[in-house]
Amino acid sequence: MNVRFHLWLIPLLPFAGFLINGILGARLHRGVVTAVALLAPLLSFALVVRDAIALYGTGPVFPSPYVETCPMPWISVGPLHVDFSFVLDQLSLVMLLIITGVGFLIHIYSVGYMRGDKGYARYFSYLNLFLFFMTTLVLAGNVLVMFVGWEGVGLASYLLIGFWYQKTSAADAGKKAFIANRVGDFGFLIGIFLLLANFGTLTFSEIAAKLAANPEWMGGALTTICLCLLVGATGKSAQLPLYVWLPDAMEGPTPVSALIHAATMVTAGVYMIARTHFLFERSPHALNVVAVIGAATALFAATMGLVQNDIKRVLAYSTISQLGYMFLGCGVAAYSAAIFHLVTHAFFKALLFLAAGSVIHALGGEQDMRKMGGLWRKTPITFVTMTAAVFAICGIWPFAGFYSKDAILYAAFLHGTRGEILWFVGLVTALLTALYMFRLWYMTFFGEPRAHEAHPHEGPWSMLGPLVILGALSICGGWIGRGEGLGRIGEFLAPTLGTYTDESQVPHLELILSCVAVAVALLGWLIAHSLYAKKTDRPARLAAAMPGAYKLVANKYYVDEIYNAIFVKGLMGVSKYLLNLVVDAGILGGAAWLLGGIAQLGGAILQRWQSGNLRSYAAWLAAGAAAVLVVFLLWPALLHSQSGWTGLGH
Amino acid sequence: MHALDQSILTLILLVPLAGAILVAILPDRGKAPNWLALIVTLFSFVLTLHLPAHFAPGMKGFQFEIDRAWIADPLISYHVGVDGLSLWLVVLTGLLGPVGVLASWNAITARRKVYYSLFLVQQTAMYGVFVSLNLIIYYGFWELSLVPMAILIAMYGRKNGPKAALKFFLFTFIPSALLLVGILWLYARTGTFDYVNLQIYLAHDTLPARALFWVALAFLAAFAVKVPVFPLHGWLGDAFSEAPVALAMVIAGKLGLYSLLRFHVELFPVQARHIAPLMIALAVIGVLYGACLALVQRDFWKVLAFGAVSHFSLVVLAIYGLAPAAWNGAVYQILSLGIVEGGMFVLLGVLDTRYGTSQIAAYGGLAAKLPRTASYFVIASLTMIGLPLLSGFVGEFVILSNTFTDVSRGWAVAAALGTILSAGYMLSLVQRLFYGPESTMAASKPASDLRFNELAALTPLVVLMLVLGVAPSYWFRTMKDGLQPEATQASPMHSAAQSPDSLPVSVHTEGQP
Repeated sequence: MNVRFHLWLIPLLPFAGFLINGILGARLHRGVVTAVALLAPLLSFALVVRDAIALYGTGPVFPSPYVETCPMPWISVGPLHVDFSFVLDQLSLVMLLIITGVGFLIHIYSVGYMRGDKGYARYFSYLNLFLFFMTTLVLAGNVLVMFVGWEGVGLASYLLIGFWYQKTSAADAGKKAFIANRVGDFGFLIGIFLLLANFGTLTFSEIAAKLAANPEWMGGALTTICLCLLVGATGKSAQLPLYVWLPDAMEGPTPVSALIHAATMVTAGVYMIARTHFLFERSPHALNVVAVIGAATALFAATMGLVQNDIKRVLAYSTISQLGYMFLGCGVAAYSAAIFHLVTHAFFKALLFLAAGSVIHALGGEQDMRKMGGLWRKTPITFVTMTAAVFAICGIWPFAGFYSKDAILYAAFLHGTRGEILWFVGLVTALLTALYMFRLWYMTFFGEPRAHEAHPHEGPWSMLGPLVILGALSICGGWIGRGEGLGRIGEFLAPTLGTYTDESQVPHLELILSCVAVAVALLGWLIAHSLYAKKTDRPARLAAAMPGAYKLVANKYYVDEIYNAIFVKGLMGVSKYLLNLVVDAGILGGAAWLLGGIAQLGGAILQRWQSGNLRSYAAWLAAGAAAVLVVFLLWPALLHSQSGWTGLGH
Repeated sequence: MHALDQSILTLILLVPLAGAILVAILPDRGKAPNWLALIVTLFSFVLTLHLPAHFAPGMKGFQFEIDRAWIADPLISYHVGVDGLSLWLVVLTGLLGPVGVLASWNAITARRKVYYSLFLVQQTAMYGVFVSLNLIIYYGFWELSLVPMAILIAMYGRKNGPKAALKFFLFTFIPSALLLVGILWLYARTGTFDYVNLQIYLAHDTLPARALFWVALAFLAAFAVKVPVFPLHGWLGDAFSEAPVALAMVIAGKLGLYSLLRFHVELFPVQARHIAPLMIALAVIGVLYGACLALVQRDFWKVLAFGAVSHFSLVVLAIYGLAPAAWNGAVYQILSLGIVEGGMFVLLGVLDTRYGTSQIAAYGGLAAKLPRTASYFVIASLTMIGLPLLSGFVGEFVILSNTFTDVSRGWAVAAALGTILSAGYMLSLVQRLFYGPESTMAASKPASDLRFNELAALTPLVVLMLVLGVAPSYWFRTMKDGLQPEATQASPMHSAAQSPDSLPVSVHTEGQP
């Protein structure tokens, strides 16, 4: 069958949108800008759906994975040969559906949300640029093309976080995000070098084939490679210790937070580990590190989510925490479960952000939850959809998050010797998740309205439509993973990520564990209800009861301050004082000054012959050049005596 | 074979020189010198395009070669030619000609005749450096490239031109004198100035090793200052702040880096191999040192200068790693840096001319009023940072990955830290110039975005950043065969068992826990 999918169109369509709106946007009619901006992801989505149906709809007609390679290599020097190659398999297909599908919904939402903004065209050009890089990232057939998308989404994120660049905080946040990601990318880059050194290729399938041919390769260099890649993943997916940029990234417009900093870009680290799982499989140590980082981040971020008052920051910490679950899933080798949670999370977290955006919109830009309340009457659609998302993230049956979180926790429980500890950490996180999510829910929608001056109102239909669709997905999106071995999604992903087997000895263990998890979530709700359903002084009393702990958490464990003191201040201090003053100005400058002084002395002697103005200065230079000519014209005379022993004449 | 092939290099050398004479003798009326210089530089650029169009990538040795006896005693022949190493550097020089003229269009208002004729002399000198295959002719062009530069810095410096010119003079002329001594010594011992012959003589190793060591060191010193290699960069900051934009963009980097490759490593392979560990160390220190200093500068020209030290050092690392593939990366990086630094100079020159200061603290919030300047600046910064799909990434990746696999993992990892730091200083610069609230200084001046001449200079550069980033294989194809380093054959640092199909050496079996 000689049909080609033209996979390259999937990223290139948004790129065309970026170019059109980026270059001409300021001069185009707003309707044209909107049309271009929406068509790009819509067409990409349509292509993805078409490919999905062609590949998997009617039985295996096409070989899977399906590979397309650009006839012209990208970089080809010496042993290094890298193509622009795209791969469509089950894993990239799932990701593409989310990216273009949810991406398209968020584009629609943005039309309403950003309609009053001066930078309307610029906004959409960046958003399209993001889709270009993100689809490149997931379609990549080799590590370097993935790195292109990887750094590219970082760029789009930088541009969109700092979209309102007049605000110093926004510009700072963008820069912080880019640099924190660069730290991760440094690790990724070293991982790429190690792959080149050990495998001589960067193509995923070739690396996998070499590993398959050598089943005895375990650990050693492979552990180093995996840990380097993991550094990259922690940067992009905001895990410990590189998570610090994500809360600040909330400076960007809210739809951006939904698309980039919740649903898609930040999941790139999870995708990367799933994509290279054949490497991680060979390094149990690296996998353990992934699991521990995931569990620790999930818990750590959840505690910080408890005390935030900015609605978007609560969601940011929640995102970090949920990404921790996905890392935990990868770490216990339940890649399908991690990807499944990635999918459901994309639905409910995008919805949470969009609904939060709707709330912020309704209150004329207010983000402080202490000034919200009683909104459920005023914004009923936002309330209903957000409630679905809150139930979903808390893992309450039968909402989407229940199935995916349950799958990860179950896999963690069954994992190795210390699996129960990982499971328990995940369970505590689930409790905290319910607590901070229902806290948000109560503070925003219930109690007395606390924003008196504003007139809360629902947004336009362009904003409400995506909320409703995502609301439906947050309810039913998890059903694809219902049943044995992750149900349909597990079966679908099995060819790429391996089958998911239930190794438990205890009957009904999964059922028992999920009942425990749901009970814990309901307990969280109950606590939140008692604390926040009515405005009481209970939260304040609770905080006063443990002042040390509260202060520590409220200040986000002082991690920003510590990083700032060590890395930023430290580096700047060393550069400024030691390198700039002592070494450059002092030692090197002094040496040059000394040399210059000697020359000046010579110059003073020559002063008699020159008047000091520029023309004679130039004349001196010319004279110097002439002297050179004279020297070599007279050279034969000098040489004459030596010509006897040059010996190497012609 | 094309009819022009026999004379193209002579034409390339003569056209700017003839233009310089023409500018000097024609009356200085209005913009006449500008237009004349623009036409001449465009014409010479078009001539340079003949080279890649008719270059045969597979061939060994030099192409478009001209070798004519000129002076019998001492034996000096007019020997020029290009190979994969110099081909694109000639074209880059050609491209930066019109860019430089356009960038100077409004900035240079006084004594236009002097400026443009010296500028054109400078063009000839740079072409000469890249195509000369006779050492004494090479030296003539090398020296010629320094003279107009020093004069122009002194005449057109922004604040303290003469001082910067003196610094430049002292730093570059003294080592150049050493270079001349080295060249003359070689002639005394071998009876030839010819590059190709000398290469053969030196390969046969009949000259006293101790003396050769000093000669090679003299060559190295002259080039290392010109690059500049850490710790010889003292002149660069002042030169960047004072030199007119069109000259600042060519003052550092490519001439020195090319010369290191051609006239140090390829001419003295044994000596280069001995000194390589030191040069690698200096290069990596330079990468980090330059980047750290760029972080704390208050003047944007100084940020650019230290950033340049950092980036040039990476090329030095590639050169002295003596790994063949890394050399391709080195040449590619020289090209990319030539383009991106050129763009940066034009953009910062625009700001300096419009606002009259290079103090970063005075700026802020320019993006709202100067959207085009901001966009171009961001793209150039991203290229500088090495974002994939832009030209900076390709060279950086090829250099670092080959250094990692073939030379030294530790040094490669250390140098790769530069990628984090470069993001730090470039994005800080972007932010402090263009983002945040508008500064009082910026608000007090009328906003004027890029003019037509500036757009005409910058747009080709920005397009090239993208093209070079997306389609490097075209360039690599032509470079490959020019770069067959002799020095690598017996390099002690070149690890033996790294063939791509070999088993991963370091992977060992480990029991599953």
